[in-house]
Amino acid sequence: MSSEEVQRLLCRFVSETGEVAGDMLDLPPECTFEQLTLICNAIHQKEERVPYRFFINENEITENLEKTWKLSSLKTENVVDILYQEQAVFKVRPVTRCTSSMPGHAEAVISVSFSPDGKHLASGSGDTTVRFWDIETQTPYHTCKGHKNWVLCIAWAPDSSKLASACKDGKIILWDPKTGNQIGKTLIGHKQWITSLSWEPYHRNPECRFFASSSKDTDIKIWDSVLFQCVMTIAGHMKSVTVVKWGGSGLIYSASQDRTVKVWRTNDGILCRTLEGHAHWVNTLALNTDYILRIGAFDPVKDVNKDTYMTDKKKSQDFALKRFKQVIEPIGERLVSGSDDFTLFLWDPEKDKKPLARLTGHQQLVNDVKFSPDGRILASASFDKSIRLWDSKTGKFLATLRGHVQAVYMVAFSADSRLMVSGSADSTLKLWDLKTRKLEIDLPGHADEVYAVDWSSDGLRVASGGKDRVLRLWQN
Amino acid sequence: MPQNEYIERHRKLHGRRLDYEERKRKREAREPHKRAETARNLRGIKAKIFNKQRRNEKIQMKKKIKAHEEKKNKTVSSENVSEGAVPVYLLDRDVKSRAKVLSNMIKQKRKEKAGKWDVPIPKVRAQADAEVLKVVKSGKSKRKAWKRMVTKVTFVGEGFTRKPPKFERFIRPMALRFKKAHVTHPELKATFCLPIIGVKKNPSSPMFTSLGVITKGTVIEVNISELGLVTQAGKVVWGKYAQVTNNPENDGCINAVLLV
Repeated sequence: MSSEEVQRLLCRFVSETGEVAGDMLDLPPECTFEQLTLICNAIHQKEERVPYRFFINENEITENLEKTWKLSSLKTENVVDILYQEQAVFKVRPVTRCTSSMPGHAEAVISVSFSPDGKHLASGSGDTTVRFWDIETQTPYHTCKGHKNWVLCIAWAPDSSKLASACKDGKIILWDPKTGNQIGKTLIGHKQWITSLSWEPYHRNPECRFFASSSKDTDIKIWDSVLFQCVMTIAGHMKSVTVVKWGGSGLIYSASQDRTVKVWRTNDGILCRTLEGHAHWVNTLALNTDYILRIGAFDPVKDVNKDTYMTDKKKSQDFALKRFKQVIEPIGERLVSGSDDFTLFLWDPEKDKKPLARLTGHQQLVNDVKFSPDGRILASASFDKSIRLWDSKTGKFLATLRGHVQAVYMVAFSADSRLMVSGSADSTLKLWDLKTRKLEIDLPGHADEVYAVDWSSDGLRVASGGKDRVLRLWQN
Repeated sequence: MPQNEYIERHRKLHGRRLDYEERKRKREAREPHKRAETARNLRGIKAKIFNKQRRNEKIQMKKKIKAHEEKKNKTVSSENVSEGAVPVYLLDRDVKSRAKVLSNMIKQKRKEKAGKWDVPIPKVRAQADAEVLKVVKSGKSKRKAWKRMVTKVTFVGEGFTRKPPKFERFIRPMALRFKKAHVTHPELKATFCLPIIGVKKNPSSPMFTSLGVITKGTVIEVNISELGLVTQAGKVVWGKYAQVTNNPENDGCINAVLLV
């Protein structure tokens, strides 16, 4: 073997699930990232060019093969496994400026939410009103009065035809976003305030009829939004239920201040398992399917299915189901819970009541946790002023994002999982780049604490509301 | 002396007298008449005592009636919504009420330039030089009198080193140096013990300002980073002005009001 002979690396491409794509390849070490992308596209016979990210032993290939390969110190004789991750075809441009601050609420804005199709924006406030905003002209649209106390949480039906809002008195009202009128009568049943709302996934029922609510009075109730009555009351928690999530595979997940996460069957409300492990209140839950369940049948890639209630229901349901299956195919439905004991737990709630991983590192309580839309990364916001990124498959710690000077209340991902925005008590929003894991843009503007942040599903806008009573829209 | 509760025992065994209720009703019905008679006939100090007691009784009675009425009306008046709405995740936590973020930074800066503040104590008694500075005699025969000792509370920066005695014109006694002040936030109505950063202005004389003399009405700069105030850009505010409201040299502590 002469030294002048060109060095070759025996490589093969491996997907996240561990499947080998194509045959083994003899690649020159100076093979660049762009060339790898071309090869990978050719192997998968994609018509459009799909962006990828490549890893060797968890080191990302940024320039060429050789550099990363040397980093991971592998031998030449072995076959090099190149892990590829498909990225979103579309790219969300980072928001850079505040395009409008919309005053109107007479008290702190507590919850902000874009509709699944990204066409409507709603906000709930301490002045007992729910407001709809026109995001094209950035003006108020409807003011909905009906509640008698602070509107704590709002939730859009997956087909964007209804909005449910819940107040501190424990009452739920459904609103029509077109007219701003109340639909039916007020749903009364909870004895104390309602902590969260969650709709039935679109692929299970395209009618968008049922939703679950959790309350301080330790109950979870399932409501019928057509007959306006309570279908089922699920009791079992010992203390206030903090979050309820309606999963995509027929299970309801609930977290409570009694230190447990419980899994219920949706059909009959029977307790499937109790996930124990936390040492203090469980504050928040997130599913890796959260994003898919939220946007229902809306397709951010082709920008279709915006009027899901107009088109063929069967077709859009199939579409939603197909996409849901795509997401859960590699690892199933994953659950992560954040707690007052400064840790997070990663669960596989469908099969096991033992945690997959315990994510430690925060120095204060964890207030919010979210999966990225592609389900690869999870981000946790904590009162210790930092955001931490974790690998959602193994629970491995990836990075800490520091920059806020006070407690971080909420995070929101962009639809392409490349960016993230966070709202904090220090009155700013900050935009983070998930590739470099650095602060991209600082977004000051609010005069007081930011309570709620939401990124629209089409990725064009970010809305935020807080203690200073104005709703702000951010665009690029 | 009676042994045991024999009256109660008898009552339990045999019940009350048959006319007990009737007698009780009549006694109660007679009560106002009886009281009126005593009120009419009492004279002097006894009348005074009686009237005072009667007045107190009436006040108590009225209070009770009012309380009962409020209890009855409870359902009607619960419509107003409490202020200070917080999101769900903060509802079960006792969040300290924090001051608003500085309302108008530009206004504040302008004020700073003009050197004028809307201070809580606008008029301050001028401190004469003779009052603040005591002459210290020096020299072998104590003939020289160019040294001065500050007799008021002072703030001396952290890295300060005294000059050699030959050149030290102003002596600031260690016992009168202060590092912390009790600062009240006027909106929060809460007081914090905060470290002093510097003396911004002593209204009596610019020389006192440079010496760091703290008297009543002096504007000092304090470190408020532990209060957790933030600017609009999301930076922590750490220095803010406060005006001294007491006479520190008399009290042994500095009390001040934050200028918001």
